[in-house]
Amino acid sequence: MLVKKILKVKNLKFTPFIFLSACIENAPLDSLSPEGPYARSIDELFWITFWIAVGVFVIVQGALLLSVFVFKEKPESPEPKQIHGNTKLEILWTVIPVLILAAIAVPTVQTIFDLAREPEDALKIEVIGHQWWFEYKYPDYGITTANVLVIPADKPVRLEMWSNDVLHNYWVPKLNGKRYLVPGQTTYLNLHADSPDEFWAQCGEYCGLSHSKMRGRVLSLSQKDFDSWVENEQKNATAFSNEDLSLAAEGQQVYLNAGCTQCHVVNGVWDVQGDRIAPNLTHFAVRNVFAGAALENNRENLTRWLANPAEIKPGTFMPNLELTESEINALIAYLETLK
Amino acid sequence: MTKIIEPKKQSNIFRRPSSETGIWSWITTVDHKRIGIMYGYAAFFFLLIGGLEALVLRIQLSQPDNNFLTAAEYNAMFTMHGTTMIFLAIMPISAAFFNYLLPLQIGARDVAFPRLNALSFWIFIFGGAFLYSTFIFGTAGAPEGGYLAEEVGWLGSAPNGGWFGYQPNAGMQYSPGTAMDYWAIGLQILGIASLISAFNFITTIINMRTEGMRFMRMPVFTWMTFAVSFLLAFSLPIIAIALFYVTFDRKFGTTFFLTEGGGDPVLWQHLFWLFGHPEVYILILPAFGIVSEVLPTFSRKPLFGYAAIVFAGFGIAFIGFGVWAHHMFASAISPVAQAGFGLSTMVIAVPTGVKIFNWLGTIWGGKLKLNTPMLFSLGFIGMFVIGGLSGVTHSVVPADTQQTDTYYVVAHFHYVLFGGALFGIFSGLYYWFPKVWGKMYNETLGKIHFWLMLIGFNLTFGPMHWLGLQGQVRRTWVYAEETNLAFWNVVVTIGAFIIAISIIVFMVNWIFSKRNGEEAPFDPWDARTIEWTIPSPTPVWNFSKAPIVKSLDDFWHAKYSEDDEGRAVRRESADQLLQELEEEGLNPSENIELPNPSYYPIILASGLPFLGYAVIYYSVPLAIIGSLLLLIGGFGWGTEPLEEHIEESEHE
Repeated sequence: MLVKKILKVKNLKFTPFIFLSACIENAPLDSLSPEGPYARSIDELFWITFWIAVGVFVIVQGALLLSVFVFKEKPESPEPKQIHGNTKLEILWTVIPVLILAAIAVPTVQTIFDLAREPEDALKIEVIGHQWWFEYKYPDYGITTANVLVIPADKPVRLEMWSNDVLHNYWVPKLNGKRYLVPGQTTYLNLHADSPDEFWAQCGEYCGLSHSKMRGRVLSLSQKDFDSWVENEQKNATAFSNEDLSLAAEGQQVYLNAGCTQCHVVNGVWDVQGDRIAPNLTHFAVRNVFAGAALENNRENLTRWLANPAEIKPGTFMPNLELTESEINALIAYLETLK
Repeated sequence: MTKIIEPKKQSNIFRRPSSETGIWSWITTVDHKRIGIMYGYAAFFFLLIGGLEALVLRIQLSQPDNNFLTAAEYNAMFTMHGTTMIFLAIMPISAAFFNYLLPLQIGARDVAFPRLNALSFWIFIFGGAFLYSTFIFGTAGAPEGGYLAEEVGWLGSAPNGGWFGYQPNAGMQYSPGTAMDYWAIGLQILGIASLISAFNFITTIINMRTEGMRFMRMPVFTWMTFAVSFLLAFSLPIIAIALFYVTFDRKFGTTFFLTEGGGDPVLWQHLFWLFGHPEVYILILPAFGIVSEVLPTFSRKPLFGYAAIVFAGFGIAFIGFGVWAHHMFASAISPVAQAGFGLSTMVIAVPTGVKIFNWLGTIWGGKLKLNTPMLFSLGFIGMFVIGGLSGVTHSVVPADTQQTDTYYVVAHFHYVLFGGALFGIFSGLYYWFPKVWGKMYNETLGKIHFWLMLIGFNLTFGPMHWLGLQGQVRRTWVYAEETNLAFWNVVVTIGAFIIAISIIVFMVNWIFSKRNGEEAPFDPWDARTIEWTIPSPTPVWNFSKAPIVKSLDDFWHAKYSEDDEGRAVRRESADQLLQELEEEGLNPSENIELPNPSYYPIILASGLPFLGYAVIYYSVPLAIIGSLLLLIGGFGWGTEPLEEHIEESEHE
């Protein structure tokens, strides 16, 4: 609810037309439109290098084309002078590239260490990679969630990341570069968003069948909204009583009996210790995407997903539970109450 | 009185084959030229297959959320596209050039070990066939515990862990079935082929140079063959060991790369790229060599800074071993390692730049004949520079963390390996066509091929730069419509089909010209190096008399002197020289002993796939068959009589 409200304010309109310019408008994964200081420092470095490269490109291609036009064989052209080399020239075009590269190297090394430094007072969030979704844990708040990473705007956050299975690669192009999630090791990535907004994330490293559908969203909220989000996330879900005859209560029965609890957790509804292999569903309805952020969270998509998950994400660990249409409807009604 | 020299008593089993025509002559040949031609055709066949795989990938990506291929099929196709193009197309097509040209360029009758050369070729063929047999026998599926909505199908039962096979995804738990075993063992077999030829070429270059062919008089193509052979010899053992680890992990329960057993998946990345980066130079240096032959010939000028180009080539080969972790900037490596490998990557741009500027120096002031080989070499410079510059942006580590694993990288290495390596290879194919077939190719079709390919290439790989920067990740089976990447993906797909058309033009030209082309003179390009002093097509014996080399570009200096201004002047004796060379080349005055053909290379090589299948299916009978073939091949090889040509009668 809260999340959806914010989304309406910032509703990202994607234009259906793409103009015949190289730069794609409104690309949500665009690494060239940074929206935070980390991504911006990378962007600046990229453009410095880019323009130097353009300069070299123009000189070399210019020399190439010029030679072809000027020295193309003509009937009257004399035999060329047999020049075997020119030591001065050769030293020159060895030394000049060295100087150019040295000029690029200095800010490169500086930025490497700047990006790696742990920011002060940063919120720590754990990112755990699974085939094929990202799990987020907030150790300071005792929150476990998935697919949508919620962060305070205009404040750095420190991601501590590892993988539960294969290599993954966490990428929010508008906030920072990529970083691998490795089983058995912890890697770190800093994020910092300028202002409240929604960003897209994508797994960069090939991680098996549904790699392309291992996506994510990052939601940056104002401190006030973030605090109320935390407060809400910390609450348990309220279980429906057995006497309740609503569709949602029926859905809870489906949830408890069809096998969902083998892998999923709804805090307060099923007494589970420790982690389960699938996303925590306690506040499922707050999240605007599901299934590894491959689908928008709406009835139509939920129906497709619950009918046959592997149809949407090949290789998924969520089985086709052979649910009937009425069971699916009840389950969706239940999921919609998990706010 | 007539005295007959009786052949030594030999068992019939070990008699050497004697056919000179027909299929058996090709199967048993040890002639470096025939082996080169077979390498070329086999590699081109795989190039076509790899190209078809690319087209299938491009159809899938031509619209968002497409379902032309299933995820399993898409993943198998991109894995096989990369594996095929690198190990079965570009590497062996370079081997075709090495085989055919190296002995000709250094004035030798053959390579140092002709039978080893044949062995190397047959291992390559069996390795390729083994790898591709995965489409028939291989199996693949969802990770343990995962579900699929539909069967994987034959197209999806190929290796699907990427050509880089990152662990643990390519391990048994996450890539069950046998497909990835075909990949690991197939590459292992192909690696043996490359290792054998590497040592063969190194020995040949060191020992078989004709009189006067000092190192610093060798053509640059020979130099680059030398450098590539060293790269192969040093880098292949690394991947061989790593691939053994993978196979052991998958088949015998070891945990080299599995975290739960104390292994390290990042170690695989280090080992893979410690091989994988030198591999990039294995793919591109032969093209550097070809271009360094073509540019001077068609500019009628010597190569600018010969020594610098040679040393830069070796500099690249050497530094190429110290940059591997730039494939892992986003992986689990420290900032210090990031900085170190970023700097070493910048350093390698320097010798590469030296080469490019020297090539420009070569054509500057020349008299450029814009024939097809020259067009491809000029195109090579233009395209390779783009790939080199995007490479420099990768060395800027923070920027690379945005670029890595996106289509920007796909664009980069296709500008290097297609715009670079493959343009160079086409340049060479046209350049030496007359020497190999004794016919001229069709110039008009050649130029159509060049322009179509240049346009198609840039349409395909140019837009990938901004597709990647704007968020298209690699190995992506589908992309969301909201990413707004669809338009340029359509352009890319159109470009890929234009490339396909250009390849058809090339094939038509090749087949037609080989049959009906004009007769080629033996020196059609007024060339510089000694392979042009012999008749076209090259006679079986190469040189009827071992040439004596007096300088770099010896053949050119035999034809041309310089006037006071330093301009080339044709010697009066040149025409007569050419006439003499032709007569002499066709009618050798002395008896020529050529290496004898042999059955054993193909027998020995045929054992390896059986051993591969034995490991995959834990089959003792197959292991026995494979070992027996190796044993028979090796034993026969060792006991094969060296000479069987002493049967002529001698008259007194």
